[in-house]
Amino acid sequence: MEGSPLLRQVAHQRQTLFDEGLLDEQFVQLEELQDRTNPNFVEEIVTTYYQDTSRLILNIEQELERRPLDFGRLDGYVYQFKGSSTSFGAKKVKAECSLFREYCRAGNGEGCMRTFQQLKREYATLKRKLEAYFQLARQARLTQTASPPG
Amino acid sequence: MRMASSSSSFSSASMAMGDEKPHVLAVDDSLLDRKLIEKLLTNSSCKVTTAENGQKALDLLGLGDGQHALNSIASKVNLIITDYCMPGMTGYELLKKIKESPTMKDIPVVIVSSENVPTRIKKCLDEGAEEFMLKPLQKSDVNRLRCQLTKFSNPHKGMLCMGR
Repeated sequence: MEGSPLLRQVAHQRQTLFDEGLLDEQFVQLEELQDRTNPNFVEEIVTTYYQDTSRLILNIEQELERRPLDFGRLDGYVYQFKGSSTSFGAKKVKAECSLFREYCRAGNGEGCMRTFQQLKREYATLKRKLEAYFQLARQARLTQTASPPG
Repeated sequence: MRMASSSSSFSSASMAMGDEKPHVLAVDDSLLDRKLIEKLLTNSSCKVTTAENGQKALDLLGLGDGQHALNSIASKVNLIITDYCMPGMTGYELLKKIKESPTMKDIPVVIVSSENVPTRIKKCLDEGAEEFMLKPLQKSDVNRLRCQLTKFSNPHKGMLCMGR
């Protein structure tokens, strides 16, 4: 039912993701693209996003171990990270990527490493909060289908 | 029976061909972006083929080495959308190859990029790109493209289907 506490909680938790600046309007676009012909679209995109970004994190970690640092290659990986994050709607992560790219272009190794740590923290927070939200949303869907009409 | 159509509008050409949806070839090295563009386009009643890089796109278009256009989707594609920044062959280089091809040069090509670089935009438009759009694409962008597709025609669509 529309007014059910669980559904209200889901809506509230979803709104928090936007209010805290973790997600932006692009994520809403993804939600709006989901329909009956592809009911798992958002989930699919989330999975793809995690796969892309976890691979990129490994790549960046490897690059940061090189001496001397290859800022060009590093920037290449961060560019991809930023691209995926932009298409996904991951607002804070995208901002960290922009900062990271600035340090790459400036050839500032220390700035790169510091920003990478921040990026990983924001990314971990996003994953954690998204997972909590999706889990709650799934629970709400199950409860809805199980509850009697009227 | 298929009719050759050179200057007719898209709708009459597609009716003659028997297919109703415009066919778009989308090229992007990002899996996430390919999924996104595919969904945007299918939601807009387009048929979509995706390619992860320029070379694969050329292969699909029958422009790879030692290929014949007849075995490709070339005769069916109404629009090519390609990302600009891709490893190996960039979207710009892909655009050039398409424009150099006698069979493909009239297919409209739209370049997309996450970066708004005026010199890049000019370069692509000068090379014959129909449009340059910023990523991520929105529903409104695709709606606009979809409307414009009714004005684009693929003059070789009929000719290639007639066979030799």
